[in-house]
Amino acid sequence: MKPGIWQRIGFYAIVIVIVTQAVFPFYYAILTSLEDGQALFEVNYLPKALNLTNYRAMLAEGVFGKQMLNSVFVASVVVVVSLFLAVTAAFALSRIRFRGRGLLLLTVLSVSMFPQIAVLSGLFEVIRFFGLFNSLWSLVFSYMIFTLPFTVWVLTTFMRNLPVEIEEAAIMDGASSLTIIRRVFLPLMWPAMVTTGLLAFIHAWNEFLFALTFTSTDSQRTVPVAIALVSGRSEFEIPWGNIMAASVIVTLPLVALVLIFQRRIVSGLTAGAVKG
Amino acid sequence: MATVELINVSKSFGSVEVLRDINLSLEKGKFVVFVGPSGCGKSTLLRMIAGLEDITSGELRIDGQPMNEVLPAKRGIAMVFQSYALYPHMTVFENMSFGLEQAKLSKPEIEARVQDAAKMLQIEGLLDRKPKQLSGGQRQRVAIGRAITRDPRVFLFDEPLSNLDAALRVDTRLEIAALSERLPDTTMIYVTHDQVEAMTLADRIVVLNGGIVEQVGSPMDLYESPASEFVAGFIGSPRMNFLKGGVAEAHGAATYGIRPEHIALSDERGDWSGRVVLTERLGSDTFVHVEVKGVGPVNVRVEGRADFASGETVYLSPDPASVHLFDPQGRPVVRSVTP
Ligand SMILES: Nc1ncnc2c1ncn2[C@@H]1O[C@H](COP(=O)(O)OP(=O)(O)OP(=O)(O)O)[C@@H](O)[C@H]1O
Ligand SMILES: [Mg+2]
Repeated sequence: MKPGIWQRIGFYAIVIVIVTQAVFPFYYAILTSLEDGQALFEVNYLPKALNLTNYRAMLAEGVFGKQMLNSVFVASVVVVVSLFLAVTAAFALSRIRFRGRGLLLLTVLSVSMFPQIAVLSGLFEVIRFFGLFNSLWSLVFSYMIFTLPFTVWVLTTFMRNLPVEIEEAAIMDGASSLTIIRRVFLPLMWPAMVTTGLLAFIHAWNEFLFALTFTSTDSQRTVPVAIALVSGRSEFEIPWGNIMAASVIVTLPLVALVLIFQRRIVSGLTAGAVKG
Repeated sequence: MATVELINVSKSFGSVEVLRDINLSLEKGKFVVFVGPSGCGKSTLLRMIAGLEDITSGELRIDGQPMNEVLPAKRGIAMVFQSYALYPHMTVFENMSFGLEQAKLSKPEIEARVQDAAKMLQIEGLLDRKPKQLSGGQRQRVAIGRAITRDPRVFLFDEPLSNLDAALRVDTRLEIAALSERLPDTTMIYVTHDQVEAMTLADRIVVLNGGIVEQVGSPMDLYESPASEFVAGFIGSPRMNFLKGGVAEAHGAATYGIRPEHIALSDERGDWSGRVVLTERLGSDTFVHVEVKGVGPVNVRVEGRADFASGETVYLSPDPASVHLFDPQGRPVVRSVTP
């Protein structure tokens, strides 16, 4: 049966609402970032002029570049270390029988239960104790708290669904555990790893509270905090143009990553349903 | 000389004992089939020989050397899995060479071995394909090829045909038989719950039931002189008729067993009379199910075509030499002379 005209209109109306809701804030940010001076405060929905002063101002200001690099560094290290730990942990949790395995898995999951704000002060003490305060490693360390449970769980579930016989065939072929992980599991797990890695990256990239608390100087800050702390020429001026330009700049790497990996992400999300 | 010896081997999962005191001595180059109903421990036994399961107690020896603590890859065995277990991301060539690479063979040696195995199984044209570009039968050959390249002393198969359709199953069965001819020094151990596969492939059949070995022997041994009621019922198709009550008691036994092919059927005279309940026509044979008065349901095999209407009265004469008698424990009773 073909949908009637009203059903189709209804369908597209809903699509438009959803797309607008998702895209409009970002569109408005781009629009604002291209405006200057008084134009900022006039409400308009189409670009009037392409004015890149805000971008120039942001990029010329020495620290912002450094802060971008900080963000890239923190997020990348978090992703690499989480994936390494998660893959090895997932192998143990899904394939090696040992006492307390179920309990361990639940414990891992329960770590992600605590709201960030609840662990903040305790974590602050830990970080000071290790002398990591105002160092990027404090962020790497603290971001693992939420990336690891998630990556470990997703990868454990994924690895459980890989047929045991493939692993046994590799054992019969004389492969060691690490060879099995590297040559057999990793290639099969790429989609899942790309998906979880990307989500971990996004999470680490956007994180605000820990970054605000554990760093104290401009040159150690990551971008989300930096943007929030951008100040104008006077106490009463909020430089919306610069803020929006910076916001657009920080979004671009994420958009690029998602575009590059989008086919992998889709196959990662459905991988459980299809057997090799 | 025996290649594979199992001495008092037992296996428990936690407190559940699934195999008890298995003693087997499998000769070099023979084709041995483990057969038995589902859950009797066939796969477990095979996996213990492979080294994929620990041996709870007892000893496993291959060529006289104890193997209990030897790594699977170092036992000189290769295994073909029921689901083939090919590496999905590798080409056929890579699948077949992975084990050789792990054994640190040289490139030319690997290449030569893979080509040899591929030629033997006629899969040379498929070496660049991925497993998902192959049909079920082709995957099966690749799985066998992967095992062959390792040049094993012992070849293990766990129900390798159960994922194939009926026609392909027969073809592959013949190929496996041919393969074992071509590898006369390699011992084959083959697990199945299909007694036809067991009968057609095996030099020796090991019948397992409930974690113990019921009987070991050549296919015809098992067919002609089953050591228990269970073996008698398991080997042979269609199943042996087991009759209780009067007939059995007349022979001093609890159960009277006669195979459908050892009963003569006539419409005029015979030892038993009964009514036809159902006829199954297979073309080459006809199975006639008869309800015999005072005896019970009896299945009779008639060669070729036989047309009987349901309800028709027929006469049956069991061949006295082919009667099997069992006591209440299912052990055979020494046969009395009269039928
Ligand atoms: N890992 C395990 N943990 C606990 N029990 C197990 C395990 N593996 C097998 N078993 C039990 O051991 C018994 C024998 O299993 P096995 O797989 O050897 O049977 P099988 O003869 O191969 O049957 P099938 O013909 O169905 O494959 C079964 O009762 C099964 O439940
Ligand atoms: Mg089995």
